[in-house]
Amino acid sequence: MTTPSIHVKQLENGLTLIGEEMPWLESAALAVSIPAGCRYDPGDKIGLANFTCEMVQRGCGTRDSRQFVEDLEWLGVDDSSSVGVYSSQFAGTMPASSLHESLAIYADMLRRPLLPADQFEDGRMVCFQEVHSLEDDLAHRVMIELRQRFYGDPIGRSSTGTMESIASINSDDVRTFFENAYRPNDAIISVAGKINWNELCETVDRLFSDWQPKTLTPSPEVAPSHGSHHIEFESQQTQIALAYNSIPYSHPDYFLARTAVGALSGGMSSRLFSEVREKRGLCYAVGASMHSSLVEGCVVGSSGTTAERAQETLDVMMQEIQRLEKGITDDELARVKVQVRSAMVMQQESSRARAGSNVGDWLHLKRVRSRDEINEIIMNQTVDQINNYVADNPLVNPDLVTLGPEPLEIAHGVS
Amino acid sequence: MEFREHTLANGLTILAECNPNAHSTSIGVFVRAGARDEHDEINGVSHFLEHMVFKGTDKRDAESVNRELDDMGSFSNAQTGVESTVYYSTVLPEFQTNVVELLCDIMRPSLRDDDFETEKKVIIEEIMMYDDQPPYGGHEKIMELFFGAHPLSKSVLGTAGTVGGLTASQMKNYFQSRYSPSNMALVAAGNVDFEKFVADIQQHSEHWESFEAPRNKPTATPNYGFSVLHKPQSTQAYILQLSKAPPTESPQRYASRVASVVYGGESGSRMFWEFIDTGRAESAGAGGFEYQGAGLMMNYLCCTPEQTQENLHRLHELQQKVFESGFNQRELDLAKRKIAAQIILGSERPGNRLFSIGSKWLNQQPYETVAQVAKHYEDVTLEQINEFAQQYPMTENYTLVVGPDNNLVAANS
Repeated sequence: MTTPSIHVKQLENGLTLIGEEMPWLESAALAVSIPAGCRYDPGDKIGLANFTCEMVQRGCGTRDSRQFVEDLEWLGVDDSSSVGVYSSQFAGTMPASSLHESLAIYADMLRRPLLPADQFEDGRMVCFQEVHSLEDDLAHRVMIELRQRFYGDPIGRSSTGTMESIASINSDDVRTFFENAYRPNDAIISVAGKINWNELCETVDRLFSDWQPKTLTPSPEVAPSHGSHHIEFESQQTQIALAYNSIPYSHPDYFLARTAVGALSGGMSSRLFSEVREKRGLCYAVGASMHSSLVEGCVVGSSGTTAERAQETLDVMMQEIQRLEKGITDDELARVKVQVRSAMVMQQESSRARAGSNVGDWLHLKRVRSRDEINEIIMNQTVDQINNYVADNPLVNPDLVTLGPEPLEIAHGVS
Repeated sequence: MEFREHTLANGLTILAECNPNAHSTSIGVFVRAGARDEHDEINGVSHFLEHMVFKGTDKRDAESVNRELDDMGSFSNAQTGVESTVYYSTVLPEFQTNVVELLCDIMRPSLRDDDFETEKKVIIEEIMMYDDQPPYGGHEKIMELFFGAHPLSKSVLGTAGTVGGLTASQMKNYFQSRYSPSNMALVAAGNVDFEKFVADIQQHSEHWESFEAPRNKPTATPNYGFSVLHKPQSTQAYILQLSKAPPTESPQRYASRVASVVYGGESGSRMFWEFIDTGRAESAGAGGFEYQGAGLMMNYLCCTPEQTQENLHRLHELQQKVFESGFNQRELDLAKRKIAAQIILGSERPGNRLFSIGSKWLNQQPYETVAQVAKHYEDVTLEQINEFAQQYPMTENYTLVVGPDNNLVAANS
């Protein structure tokens, strides 16, 4: 595997610039993380970060909202934005030749948005629409409820808010949130692809070095309400989501836990797919994965299946998840290893994947793990290490959220 | 980048775009078999068969197929459409031979009865899953309403009734009518050893017997109209509209695609400014679907039930304006820039190139390089997209609204 060139530069105002040179590509991808996540939303105005994220994209600097969209289109930028608990993220993938001009537009958006008053109600409508659409996305709904129950507030929050909370937000709220939360300290600009690191540093310095740091305090923490919860709904299928306490991405044993989960849900021969779907035909989709906040982590399992088969699906899922503590086999570890090796090589073909991965690393670790480093960690794992870890850290007492015609029960004493 | 092709004695087509600098190899089996090739009684069989292909052969059981694909660290999947079934796998180049052997082997599946019954349950779960997801079967419904008795009206998934009633022997008969080597192509993109590719396929597929696999391509006479699919549980309303567009074989398809980006692209399009920027809809867009003998333009919009009637009128006005006044040069230039960038970004991954090459073969069109594909779009003129707008008015459509409100009326009524 070739060693990629990853560079990191910290500006005096606290902004971190990460660049990964991938000269074999024609594209460049930009991923920007601003510490303006929904954990800073006041308790009665949840949705404010999301509303602000919508409004900053309605014109900036000398561009009105139409010019802003057209300029990005002209540069061939495939852009997206999302608001998480910790940060608001803005991403764009583009032909490499557009990078520097795009960065200038992003700088205007992040530092000099117009926040036009005459578009404020349009922006609010967009936020309302997001809330409505989530209602129809049943698998997503159970996940939102599960996160809230597992992490508590504000870490388990959904950034979309509610109809009531969005209705209560006014244009001063948005302007104040922007002025306080959009700041360089703890912000990350990650670029990957066909880039020149020195030129990138010059451009970012010019556009961002005079941005002044600010401090902002997140909402106070409210303890989670663990346990089971059912949402009654007349659907064909019952949605099932489970969260077991585990460890966060920053934990030294994280990759041991992740490899174990890989045996559970890493491919078509993994335990969940094989036991729940292939052998019993209980569902179409089933899986498990690691989720992580900055300080906590969990293993999340999910599936959707017709109501009359939902209890059996839950029972088999739990049985397989809890059986992990008995350990994984040599073959399972070998499969996880080849999957990781393959994924790391294939990431070389995607500037977007690398820019995004580097932002995630910095948020959690304050450093970047190269593809080589991750590959090495996994390749050096032994079955004994994994099995000692899972024996010492059994997955027990999950939080459960279901949605469907009938509630389900956690069968105690399943083995 | 070098394009290579070869045809075996049994009629199997082999195509590859070889790029020695690529990090991965994508390999796919493209079969001209889809829902349009089914009759009513076996509706859903193409898709069900796609699942059964992974259930093993005389040499391998289902577990071995899954395990071996994972042992190669492959990213493998399959998809079934109205006109095709595609099985594909992306692997590190070192696994080329293994994955070719496996893909060839599973193309002659055993279709065992017990596997058939277990997998039937999975398919019915898949149908139920889509039944709970927006637009709640609306896509299948509108294809049926628009195309009437034409083969393109067939649902890919089928229904719980048709799939529930299928037998393994019906599936075997269907397999025997479509999976002829002369109706299939093995395609590779990325880091491919072409000589080895051909030799391996030759070895593993020479016993496949060829037969005729004709496709019925009657002329489509679409229906226009308006109806509501009442879905009391849904929070939002979903507007789907189908109008005519050029078919796969028409040179006008590039103008149609560019026009659909100007009119209904994800951002910066006319629909974007009318519905998304204003918050009148949660999502809205338009895109073309091309089939052999018929093409479609689909308008799609999701909004609150209260906004639906007004949005139906606005949509009609927007389409009327396109028909009457056409597009302008500025928006054409923007759309072309955007398409050009997407082509560059999309061509970086062998997986994307695989589908580009395979789709050309499915549609009986010659291979084209990325540059050749890009040129088709560059060459589209304002006159051409305006001619398209005139010839294929979107105001002549079938409209289906899926949602909680039963009392909606067509825009022009």
